[in-house]
Amino acid sequence: MRLLSLLLIFLNSLIFTGIIIRTKSIFSGRKGPGIFQPIKDIVRLLRKGSVYSETSSFIFKIAPVVYMAAILMAILFIPFGNQKSILSFDGDFVFFAYVLALGRFFMILAALDTGSSFEGMGASREALYAMLIEPAFFILMGSFALLTGYTSFAGIFSALHFGSYISYGIGILTAFVFIIIALVENSRMPIDDPKTHLELTMVHEVMVLDNSGFDMGLILYAVNLKFALFGAIIANFFLTPGFQWYYSIPIYIGVQLVFACIVGVVESFAARFRMNHNPQFIVMFTSVSLLIFVGVLLILGKLK
Amino acid sequence: MSIILVMTLFVFAVTIALIREKYKSLMAVLAVMVSSLVSSWVAIGVLTGDAYLENINGGIVFGHIPIRIDSLSAWFILLTNFTVFTGILYGRQYLKKYAGQPANLSLHCISYLMNHFALTGIYFIQNGLAFLCVWEVMALTSFILVIFEHGKMETLKAGINYLIQSHISILFLTIGFIWVYAHTGSFVLSAISRYSALGTEATSILLFFVFFVGFAIKAGFVPFHTWLPHAHPAAPSHVSGMMSGVLIKAGIYGILRMLLLIHQNHVLLGIIILIISVLTGIYGVMLATVQHNIKRLLAYHSIENIGIIGIGIGLGTIGRGLDNAYLTFAGYAGALLHTLNHSLFKSLLFYGAGSVYQATHTMNIERMGGIIKKMPQTAVLFLIAALAICGLPPFNGFISEFLIYSGLFKAVSTGHALSPVFVLSILSLALIGGLGILCFTKAFGIVFLGRARSHYPESMNETNTPALFPQYLAAFFIVLIGLFPRLFIAMLKKPVELFSGLSLSEGSFELSFVMQRISIAVWGFVLLVFLLYLIRKFATLNRSNTIQPTWGCGYTAGSPRMQYTATSYVRTYTKLIKPLVKTNKGKNEVKPINAMPSYSETRFFDKIESGLIDWPLRNLKAFLGMFRFLQNGRVQFYVLYGVVFIFIIIAIPFILDVIQTLTYVLKQL
Repeated sequence: MRLLSLLLIFLNSLIFTGIIIRTKSIFSGRKGPGIFQPIKDIVRLLRKGSVYSETSSFIFKIAPVVYMAAILMAILFIPFGNQKSILSFDGDFVFFAYVLALGRFFMILAALDTGSSFEGMGASREALYAMLIEPAFFILMGSFALLTGYTSFAGIFSALHFGSYISYGIGILTAFVFIIIALVENSRMPIDDPKTHLELTMVHEVMVLDNSGFDMGLILYAVNLKFALFGAIIANFFLTPGFQWYYSIPIYIGVQLVFACIVGVVESFAARFRMNHNPQFIVMFTSVSLLIFVGVLLILGKLK
Repeated sequence: MSIILVMTLFVFAVTIALIREKYKSLMAVLAVMVSSLVSSWVAIGVLTGDAYLENINGGIVFGHIPIRIDSLSAWFILLTNFTVFTGILYGRQYLKKYAGQPANLSLHCISYLMNHFALTGIYFIQNGLAFLCVWEVMALTSFILVIFEHGKMETLKAGINYLIQSHISILFLTIGFIWVYAHTGSFVLSAISRYSALGTEATSILLFFVFFVGFAIKAGFVPFHTWLPHAHPAAPSHVSGMMSGVLIKAGIYGILRMLLLIHQNHVLLGIIILIISVLTGIYGVMLATVQHNIKRLLAYHSIENIGIIGIGIGLGTIGRGLDNAYLTFAGYAGALLHTLNHSLFKSLLFYGAGSVYQATHTMNIERMGGIIKKMPQTAVLFLIAALAICGLPPFNGFISEFLIYSGLFKAVSTGHALSPVFVLSILSLALIGGLGILCFTKAFGIVFLGRARSHYPESMNETNTPALFPQYLAAFFIVLIGLFPRLFIAMLKKPVELFSGLSLSEGSFELSFVMQRISIAVWGFVLLVFLLYLIRKFATLNRSNTIQPTWGCGYTAGSPRMQYTATSYVRTYTKLIKPLVKTNKGKNEVKPINAMPSYSETRFFDKIESGLIDWPLRNLKAFLGMFRFLQNGRVQFYVLYGVVFIFIIIAIPFILDVIQTLTYVLKQL
């Protein structure tokens, strides 16, 4: 049963971007490509040869592999409701965050490896935004450690249950912050516009300007996986324990669909922020997560 | 043992002074090897068995000097020996570029040996006065090590800055030891423990902070860190590696030793240490990120890592106060392991920076680039150390940071009233981690990747193998600790038990289980990377790959100078932290008439330094300037001053007598 979470995340990764694109096209009055089109593109890329920059070194070639491996590794820590994850120990979310950071580290290096100023720009932004969003994640996990008394993903999600009004508030706020974390991690609107045509205004897309062929396919699929990964974490907040699998799987899929649609809707109606407003926006979520922590203290009666 | 160490030092020092220049550094290597072997042998015995005891009669001056190596000392001795040894191995190659200065080289090598001896001495001497003496020897010899290139004004300035600040540190320690001596009549360290048991809580805490300031100057806690970013870039690379790796750890050792001796209100002490450390960590990495001198950048990172170690110490101390075995173990074990880890990766980073410096003749990273193609091994070693210092998984930095994180999360989850403090520490650790990544992607990316940003003075080659060997040695341990953390956690059990009595089995057991899981996860990750790499290799085996210039978005005349620079890489970040650092910008406008070369430069200064050191110094200088008329250059006046001085000295007893008679007379009235 431990593989269930893994399986669901993989399935989800196949359609996630497709749903986002479809949502966007419906809102803009187009028919849009099929749900599986992004995956078909990735498969096509995986079969192609590559063009390498003459400036790049071996870092450029191993970076996509490390990135992919980091995300796969992170997936192993995600439980499914009260089903344990494949790997689980006290403080596993620290490993989760740091292994993702390792993947990011290599992608940033790969961008700098090409010597392109555009890619340097993207790398700089990626590093900065990731740095700013990291504390929010840790404070959230800290709040839930305080709330449940456990310090692992599996422990937290299996012990999580909502009792009072404040806890529902906390649940909603947390899901909201996690959606933002997912958007920042994946460089989506309103932080970054993946469909912009101007390199100067990109974050993630400009970092991979020089990647092609197999590497590019790997990176694109890794992005899909990362979305599914964060979707799974968000879904876990709604899989309150005690539910049987025939309830929890539909809930899980439902949450993923809603998440994808939210991303699509945001991208259809919001404009990307100005780059220099992004840091403020991201730091704001650290304070929201501190708010969540205070809320948890309230629930536990530590604050009077 | 101490006799053997002194003898080794003496014999080798004389030999180094006498033999030909070519063999001096070889002798130094041998000397370090011999004394390391002796002290390591004893230290390993202590870590596996009982404490080592020895007594020296220090005569009338010192009295009884107990020599005692417990497991805490043993841990520090071992990590010191390792880095001092790799340091001299690397330094031997590094110093080859400075051939032809036999006297300077002798001085340098002998100072290095004495420094090693003093460092070891600090860890085993249990007499305050003797401790101060070896501490002084360490300060003086490291000053000589720093000013190796004393022809440069900057180096001398940095060295003197270091010398003065070291002595402020010694001043505080002296006050502390004399304070205890005045109350107990003994300089032996255990007297501190007796004194703190007798005295009130407030005096113990004050005494602790007197010692803490003394040791914190050496360790580089904010705001006592200001010598560090000057001394490290000025010193030769093996010395900076050694200093940053092990010398500043003497300060950490001192703080830990004092925590063992002073038993009062651990929770309060822990919280204060935690707060100072959090500030240290954030401030260090914040300033590291904007530095463009590679060695200064690394120096600021040492401050950051001292902060992380301090967070561990603070956490452990709070755990002791709360009688929580898990927190105590996670905190102290994290701090001690991070001390070792930092000595490994920081020395490796400095060696790498040294090799780069010798190849490019500059420390300004804005002028580097593309070195990975010329020096691939140095680049990979630097990368490993950079990943480790950022605390990223398959390496050692992750293990120690994980211990501290897990302690903090555990502390939060127990729902203690202090949990907001712990959550804020978690926040700052996460911030430090993120900033570390920003900083080291910059350092590695700008120095080693891309294309050369300036013309290098000579054709660049990989450093020779003897210089790479110590780097591989350090890298080996970095990877080893990352892959087999349980081995090292087991070694840490004894030192940590010193702090908590004997109630540790529970907390360490839990953690050792977690460490086993981490080990599995780390191995899994390494295998996963390897597997994916193989898949990639086979999948792309028969593809047609082409090599093309970097995609310039349509622009085809790109030059290396158009690459992203270090300044631009951290520009958004610099704007964010603008209120916290002092920025000086200099540029000139390009004028079409007289074609002056245009430039634009940004320099970042330490705001704490300018407030705490520069500003008072300026005022002091202005004040003392008022007495400048005394120094008028005429010999007659100087003779007069001498006469006046002697007269006053002689007159003092008479004046006292007069005063006494006067007061006597007044009292009679």
